[in-house]
Amino acid sequence: MRLLMVWCPDWPVIAAAATESLPPHVPAAVAKGNAIVACSAIARAEGVRRGMRKRQAQERCPELKVFEADPTRDARLFEPVAAAVEELAPGIEVVRPGLVAVAAKGPLGYFDGPERAAERVVDHVAHTAGVEAQVGIAEGLFAATLAAHRGVIVPEGGSAEFLAPLGIQELNDPDLVDLLRRLGLRTLGAFAALPERAVADRFGGPAVQAHRRARALEDRPVDKRTPPEDLEVVQQFDPPVERVDQAAFAAKALAERLHAELTAKGFACTRLGIHANTENDEELHRVWRCAEPLTPRGIADRVRWQLDGWLTREALTAGVTTLRLVPEELVDAAALQFGLWGHDQGAERAARALVHVQGLLGPEGVFTAVLGGGRGPEDQIKLVPWGDERTPRHDPAQPWPGRLNGPSPATVKSRSATVVDNAGQDIGVTGRNELTGAPMQFAVNGGPLQDVVAWSGPWPVDERWWEPDTARRAARLQLIAGGTAFLLVREDGEWTVEGMYD
Amino acid sequence: MSTSATATLVALGVNPASELTGTTADQTTGRVLPVRGELADLLPWGGLRRGSTVSVGGSTSLLLALLAGATADGCWAAVVGLPHLGVLAAAELGVAVPRLALVPRPGGEPGAVIAALLDGIDLVAVEVTRSVSPSLARRLSARARQRKAVLLAFGSWPGADVELHVVGTRWEGLGRGHGKLRSQTLTVRVGGRGAAARPRHVELDLVGGGKVVLQGDDWNGAPARKGPTCAS
Repeated sequence: MRLLMVWCPDWPVIAAAATESLPPHVPAAVAKGNAIVACSAIARAEGVRRGMRKRQAQERCPELKVFEADPTRDARLFEPVAAAVEELAPGIEVVRPGLVAVAAKGPLGYFDGPERAAERVVDHVAHTAGVEAQVGIAEGLFAATLAAHRGVIVPEGGSAEFLAPLGIQELNDPDLVDLLRRLGLRTLGAFAALPERAVADRFGGPAVQAHRRARALEDRPVDKRTPPEDLEVVQQFDPPVERVDQAAFAAKALAERLHAELTAKGFACTRLGIHANTENDEELHRVWRCAEPLTPRGIADRVRWQLDGWLTREALTAGVTTLRLVPEELVDAAALQFGLWGHDQGAERAARALVHVQGLLGPEGVFTAVLGGGRGPEDQIKLVPWGDERTPRHDPAQPWPGRLNGPSPATVKSRSATVVDNAGQDIGVTGRNELTGAPMQFAVNGGPLQDVVAWSGPWPVDERWWEPDTARRAARLQLIAGGTAFLLVREDGEWTVEGMYD
Repeated sequence: MSTSATATLVALGVNPASELTGTTADQTTGRVLPVRGELADLLPWGGLRRGSTVSVGGSTSLLLALLAGATADGCWAAVVGLPHLGVLAAAELGVAVPRLALVPRPGGEPGAVIAALLDGIDLVAVEVTRSVSPSLARRLSARARQRKAVLLAFGSWPGADVELHVVGTRWEGLGRGHGKLRSQTLTVRVGGRGAAARPRHVELDLVGGGKVVLQGDDWNGAPARKGPTCAS
């Protein structure tokens, strides 16, 4: 099928910069963990590249502003762009935030030729959403995306020819690209020239799909199964959903249901329609298209992103009362080789139990912990609700001087503490990081004083001393009293128990 | 024997003899979940038997250490209650944090929550509070038995198969004004029913504070190496 593809270059960076109102002349990049996943044109001019480590990028471009990757933010800000394209051509499909496809025939034929249509789309997106976009037209999702990257309108039937001279790395599958390179196949054309049988025999399933892409065919043969009517799942909300976190929770449950129903019938979904109705009888609808069959998590993400987009853009004047997921295109479930957790049935059972508990207690009832960088025992841990993305609070790869080595407290609970010397005087920490006396007695929360059996410290905690607003001057102390070991911190002239080694 | 035939036997819980070294038959068939080496002495089965209830008292570290072996082997664990749990300490003791779920506030009627967890999680640790009545405790133990999960009660629990109570803790490494906490020696009173009926005292050294290995994959809960106990 001939597709018109609208592409917003460096979308994650554009979205992040817009959220933080970063002026356009500051070089910016988005990193996932420690690796750069997107950067702005200015940053690119300074030598920043995708896949680079964060530190390396900052060396090349010291003024680089690095944002954390956030798919939800990307999707939320993309909704106005998708809506702008839709005003010109109904029936759009969002491929991912930053990339939206629409059938090149039909509504767009209404403009004077494809060049005029492309121009019109770019103008309209710039005008309504205030975003720069590029348009490409070609046959199939893969060719159309590459055409959009280059701002090219490929003549009808000329897509294979358009792809032929392009480098093999465009397949975006490092293992396969590496293999093909070693075989001496450096362009898409050279790969496309291999007979399909030979590719299937030698490389197997994913390579066959890549081979189809290189020939400007759809990923899968056209005999896609037409969805039966009754495959949609519907959820009514009473009271209506108005907040993004409620929407996220609803999305998860609905996604599980749709996926279970599809799997039971031997289907997997590659195009998903999301429909919402509100209290004021508004009706919204958006189609998400995917190269790979959607997993339950994939479905939930798209539903959450979409609801987030609608709720934030105030496309809705009232809460959502009904949410309907309609699979618009199905493939054989065999194409979906991995479930949510691969073949790990134990993990799948665990996930079901945890979602069940969230049903009883709400989404904030179940957490998993993510370990990251940081100095204190609490700093290094971030609790995220079950099912949310597991990203650490601080970069674990960074060095954290001042971090306490050795065992960490098994109970982390802040309580006020008293530490006194043999004259009953409060013990402090001097500017040169020494205790003003030897700790003799200790009490928690104003309780009875206990004899201190052993102690050590103070160890300075100089966090962020270069940023005066958030700088923290404190010192830590370990001590044993009453048969238990404690971790204490002295800050602003007060002792606090940070944790117990119980 | 051909490879595929071996694979089928593994699926049935039968393992090649080469994998049997150093473990009991129960462990290789998955009826007993592994624990850290130094804890094996505490438990009559050399590990945590599926379907059993074990009560732990007097030491949060011991509770965390009991979760380590099985989660590192691919099992899932949940902790109900204990809102101030030191997750970092858990990681240092060897718990695979991506497979540890926390339910810090189970509400006034925790029975339904604990029962739901026993349905799908291999190890469920529960802080004993007043809202767990003796009759509820017995029902939950029966549920664990039926679902082949391990119920770890933090506090006293009527009818526990094994009772581990820490009666003494000694810390090594800290002096008067010097040193740093290094390891703890726990004196554990082991009691319970059946094989564990005669109470005895066991001393064990618990060394935490090991280096926590952070891997990008771990953030997303990717399954680690899987032993036969938790592979399904």
